Amino acid sequence: MKSFGEIRDSNLERDIFLNRVILAIVAIILMVCLVIIRLIYLQVYNHQHYTTLSTENYIKVRPVAPPRGVIYSADGVMLAGNRPSFNLVGVPEKIKDNNALVYELSQILDINESKQNQIIKTLNTATRFTAVPLMTDLSEEQVALFSVNSHKFTGVAVEAGLSRFYPLGSDTAHLLGYVSRISNNDKIRLQDSNYAATQYIGKTGVERKRELLLHGKVGSKTIEINAEGRLLRVVDREPPVPGEDLRLTIDSKLQKKAASLLRDLDNLSGSIVALDVRTGGVLAIVSHPSYDPNAFANGISPELYTTWMNSPFRPLFDRSIQGQYPPGSTIKPLLALVALENGLSASQTVKCNGWFSLPSASHRYRCWEKEGHGRVNLVEAIERSCDVFFYSLSNDIGIKMIHTVFDRFGLGKATGIDLPNEEKGLVPSPEWKKKIKKLPWYPGETVITGIGQGFLLATPLQLAKLAATLANRGKSVEPFIIQTEQLALSDKQQSYDISANKNLKGNDRYWKVVNDGMVAVVHSSKGTARGIGYTSKTKIAGKTGTSQVFSIGQDEELEDEDIPSHLRDHALFVAYAPPENPRIALAVVIEHGGSGSATAAPIARAILDQYFTRKVDAEQSSLSATY
Amino acid sequence: MRNNLVYRLHIDTPLLAGVIIMCLLGLVVLYSASEQSIDLVAKQGLRMFVGLVVMLFIAQIPPQRLAHWAPLVYLGALILLGLVLLFGTGRGVQRWLDAGIFRFQPSELMKVVVPLTVASLVAKKLLPPDLKTILLSIVVIAIPTFLIGRQPDLGTAIVVAASGLVVLFFSGISWKFIRNSLFFGIAIAPIGWFAMHEYQRQRVLTLFNPDNDALGAGYHIIQSIIAVGSGGIFGKGWLNGTQSHLEFLPERATDFIFAVYCEEFGLVGVVVMLLGYSLIIARGAQIAFYAQDTFGRLLAIVLTLMLFLSVFINMSMVTGQLPVVGIPLPLISYGGTSVVTVMICMGVLMSIQTHRRLVF
Repeated sequence: MKSFGEIRDSNLERDIFLNRVILAIVAIILMVCLVIIRLIYLQVYNHQHYTTLSTENYIKVRPVAPPRGVIYSADGVMLAGNRPSFNLVGVPEKIKDNNALVYELSQILDINESKQNQIIKTLNTATRFTAVPLMTDLSEEQVALFSVNSHKFTGVAVEAGLSRFYPLGSDTAHLLGYVSRISNNDKIRLQDSNYAATQYIGKTGVERKRELLLHGKVGSKTIEINAEGRLLRVVDREPPVPGEDLRLTIDSKLQKKAASLLRDLDNLSGSIVALDVRTGGVLAIVSHPSYDPNAFANGISPELYTTWMNSPFRPLFDRSIQGQYPPGSTIKPLLALVALENGLSASQTVKCNGWFSLPSASHRYRCWEKEGHGRVNLVEAIERSCDVFFYSLSNDIGIKMIHTVFDRFGLGKATGIDLPNEEKGLVPSPEWKKKIKKLPWYPGETVITGIGQGFLLATPLQLAKLAATLANRGKSVEPFIIQTEQLALSDKQQSYDISANKNLKGNDRYWKVVNDGMVAVVHSSKGTARGIGYTSKTKIAGKTGTSQVFSIGQDEELEDEDIPSHLRDHALFVAYAPPENPRIALAVVIEHGGSGSATAAPIARAILDQYFTRKVDAEQSSLSATY
Repeated sequence: MRNNLVYRLHIDTPLLAGVIIMCLLGLVVLYSASEQSIDLVAKQGLRMFVGLVVMLFIAQIPPQRLAHWAPLVYLGALILLGLVLLFGTGRGVQRWLDAGIFRFQPSELMKVVVPLTVASLVAKKLLPPDLKTILLSIVVIAIPTFLIGRQPDLGTAIVVAASGLVVLFFSGISWKFIRNSLFFGIAIAPIGWFAMHEYQRQRVLTLFNPDNDALGAGYHIIQSIIAVGSGGIFGKGWLNGTQSHLEFLPERATDFIFAVYCEEFGLVGVVVMLLGYSLIIARGAQIAFYAQDTFGRLLAIVLTLMLFLSVFINMSMVTGQLPVVGIPLPLISYGGTSVVTVMICMGVLMSIQTHRRLVF
């Protein structure tokens, strides 16, 4: 502190300092001269040269958007492709009067009022020097009309581009998703340079999940333009790398059939998922009601989007992987398996009087068959879907064991399919209930879990996976949707193998019992789905399910017609076929569809018929081709 | 004079006037360079206000206290630099520290802290400094230079190193020592070349021949030169720079804002801007002359000179005479840390001027 506090200033120090400062001042003056000389050289001496470069000929590097990869079905039908389209673009800086321009445009192109306002708004808010799209997807007539009059519109031009389109429209909407204009949120998650020329991006479904593969790599062209922005010549180009084409596991005919079957149900919502049992490939996956993805590809109108968003039928909602339903009786074959594994004998019987109650409790858990099924064994219990048998069975096994096995079969967790935003479903346990609901587990909740009610929830995809795993006798099936090879490997990694469990896989007797029960459901005279068994062309193993949406009081009697439609039971059906050498497994869920046997089972049969008829056709045609 | 409120607040009026003129000019240019974004201008205006407050605060601290605290300040700044390397954010490079409500670059702070520390070191003894002091100073300079180089931020590293070395130069180290050091520097330059990042080497190479790589690294420089050259003597007028607005000019609000200015205001505008800067620089030199002790004198001249060097480097970079090293134009380029750093320098200058014991 002392040495700084005093004024210590020898002449020597001052002299040294002043010498150096004089040097510095000389240096500063030199450097300023350098800058000024350079500026005079650029701005005065070479001014003309640079003015020419700047105002007459611009060299610009323009990004070129890569064509998006095409998506094909397994049978080679194009599901998502690109078609040439024409857009009207304008540069705000070069348009003198926006209102006058739009008025003139509407004279020749027939533009409605709201669209006119939208164009004016776009022009008023856009950056002044870059071209913004004013109208998308012009018809050929509009292009011709504009071209003839183009001299009247400075700063406006027709630009050719590619539009995404979906030939099957609403039939593949949830599966493929759609592309739409890049939003600010998207920009954040992209590396922007690769999207410099891209206008659309995958928002849902496969289009979103595989965006990076489908998009490709941006190209560029070096162009020379004049001050008006008109193209003089293309100096150089580096072509973009097109996006990867994807081949799905989807069977386009089956997909269409499934979509049309759901459409025929009028106002009911629902979902169908069909899997190839041997590979796990998804053959068809449909959610109903659906929407037209093509509406998004050309810029959806806000009115239409609002309508879809606010519709009580929720067409944008993908029921196949996001809809979570109580699986109802479709879960019974799996419970039967748990019981067998835990020492239940296949011949053991339970007497069904039409209700079950826990010891020392008065509540009666009713069987759907009011009169009771009498004495039934395991196969018969599956065949007739006897609730009392499974009430008692699950009460004996206990919730812990049920939870363990359900979990092992993939319930309560995402299947890991190649689609975004998959829901997990729910397998309850006492721990779960304590943590989430802060309540203890009651024995009655174990009882109703036995018939797939209570807290238990599954998505249609999970149910289809469960059916396929049953068909495979415990060998885990991992649903996937994209065949492209580099994807197939990475997707398999997250699989968990049920076959690792010796108890399940090892004992073929258990599987035979369950299989017999499921075949009996369709093909025996007392099976709950016997209605489809009489006429079915193939042998089917299936299980009906009717899951309650609200509980009917102890002694109330209600007919279906008396219940408002949104409180009616969900109708479910899971199946695989043929039972001895299964190839296809499926799940059908119809929201508020009434009963599984009446509503869901016939749909499943129609799908299986379609699948097997076509297989026969294909074999015959290949035979005839050889002759 | 002593009863004057301005004086009691330790404000130096000529310096304050220069700073405010340059700030206003900066906002005017930024409005054009940012595609007329009021948001951006308001944001920068707020930063300038914060900078002015910081400047006033620093001006209240007597230079003796600054010298006393220099080692502590230096250590603190080093720790911040270390944190940047560990937790820093930024695209590809780590320059920023996130302090919750704002982010800043500790490397910018070093432009003040290093000369402050070196000046406090050499001022402890009689000038010229002995070998021990010189070596200690070089260590003090080398550590932050190395850390900033690792971020990697070559431009700032060079400026920080220069700011410390310039203090040594003014402290009167012998020409012989300077000459030997230069030879040594040239001898180890090849090692530096190999230590550089690929993109830094590219920039040095591009400097010598921008046309070679017209669409890659040289693109920025060519477009920037076209903007400057097409501005002519009187410029194209405010908001009318075609080169700047037709997406040709990169980084037009930050490092290359001078090109926008040249295009729109021409040579005349540049001369006006240089006059504005000379107001600040001349006053800084004057303060150094009037300073009453070695510490104040050294620090004042070095901070003034560093401000000038930033102006010179940025202008030379934009006009294609120096490689693109990412040095912003003081008070004009968009960016908060740079503004605050300049304001801190101004605060130190004011402190040196207004805390003199005797008034001449």
